[in-house]
Amino acid sequence: MPAEHSNSMAGRMAATLFIAALVMCAGYAALFIAPEEATMGLIQRIFYFHVAAWSSMFIAFYIAVFANIAYLITRRAKFDWLGLASVEVGVMCCTIGLVTGPIWAHPVWGVWWTWDARLATTFILWLLYISYLLLRGLVDEPQRRAMLSAVFGIFAFLDVPLVYVSNRLWRTTHPQPVILGGDKSGLDPTMGKVLGFCIFAILGVMILVLLDRYRVEKLRHDFDELRFEVESRAADAQSNLAKAKP
Amino acid sequence: MTTARAAAIILGKELRLEFRTRELLTATVVFALTVLVLFNFAFDPTAADARRIGPGLLWIAFLFSGSLMLNPSFARERSNDTLDALRMAPVSAFAILLGKMLANFIFMALAEVILVLVFSVLYNVPLAGVAGRLVLVLVLGTAGLVITGTVFSAISAHARMRELLLPLLLLPILAPLLIAAVEATASLLTDPPALDRTWVTFLAGFDIVFLTASWLLCDFLVEE
Repeated sequence: MPAEHSNSMAGRMAATLFIAALVMCAGYAALFIAPEEATMGLIQRIFYFHVAAWSSMFIAFYIAVFANIAYLITRRAKFDWLGLASVEVGVMCCTIGLVTGPIWAHPVWGVWWTWDARLATTFILWLLYISYLLLRGLVDEPQRRAMLSAVFGIFAFLDVPLVYVSNRLWRTTHPQPVILGGDKSGLDPTMGKVLGFCIFAILGVMILVLLDRYRVEKLRHDFDELRFEVESRAADAQSNLAKAKP
Repeated sequence: MTTARAAAIILGKELRLEFRTRELLTATVVFALTVLVLFNFAFDPTAADARRIGPGLLWIAFLFSGSLMLNPSFARERSNDTLDALRMAPVSAFAILLGKMLANFIFMALAEVILVLVFSVLYNVPLAGVAGRLVLVLVLGTAGLVITGTVFSAISAHARMRELLLPLLLLPILAPLLIAAVEATASLLTDPPALDRTWVTFLAGFDIVFLTASWLLCDFLVEE
């Protein structure tokens, strides 16, 4: 058991160091290798981490809904831990995206925020998954918490396309408040490569944190079970003692 | 017993319970009226302003009062453990949910009728000409509100601070419904009124998506 433990510990250390190195290389590539964008200049470089955070967020939320459905079908606690871990990591990525976006938008669009379909959808997405975490905090029974949060997770996931479609329809009937500088039209090949690398590095961070979060949840579960057993054995011993005394 | 019949019995029970005291309905209407009155002080709207912001105001009032009103739907089954009795009854979980949804729909619809009339009078927005189409929008929007709201009331009933939790769960999910309902209502207040079919279709789609989801997931919600 201790050997196995130190083994997996070494593996995790190696993985963490590898991902840390990747992130440093990605940072270097985004700052120095990628060419300067013609109109937006230096600030455009935030895009490499902004887009990377979004892609990781999408993957995390897909894992979350998969875990929610899997929990309802199998009732195995591990899918509940996976659901919680991926939602937390997804919310983290979403927050990074929501913070880096306005930093870029202010010099480029002239406003910090605009109610564009994609922005509004992300904001609602963020609120929905924060509510998921709040709900988990407010239900005490573990099994009920797992069940209810899985149902809510599926409802929240179903809502996301509806939010997006409604915002798209809404915005086509209203004038745009600002002219959106589209960077989708033709990406420089070096920029594309750097972006791909950054997405890969951030995805690595996301998966690393997700696995660790999952492990913490599993340990917490094991700890609760042990504590329960200790308490029930202590109660047994006490009642035996009480019986033996007179 | 068929689902429809079981749902009708649950509906009857919910209505009897509510009309004995009328607590929920009174509180909902008074709350929404307060929102309408405070709106006047916050924005001091002219008749033209009221036409422009009115639909949003109405739907915000409906959503907020709905998220308060739907709370007891499952929570009050907990105080005397009557949810266990319901579960033991030989009816499907969906029948329980459907019965409660229908009851909540009726309460919400009653409150909305009063509020729309008061809004029309207080803010000088004549609605008689578009009454039929307005009812269609109200029915579709309210259905979406009570379908998701009843399901989330079953979720939040088991949580601490449930009165606070239900609006937090419900209001973000209802964002697309709010957009669609407000736009559809606004299209009725233009001159001449022209009901925007896109938004009516969207509302119907919203209702269908979440009714199907609650049908698929209801066993997990009502189960012990």
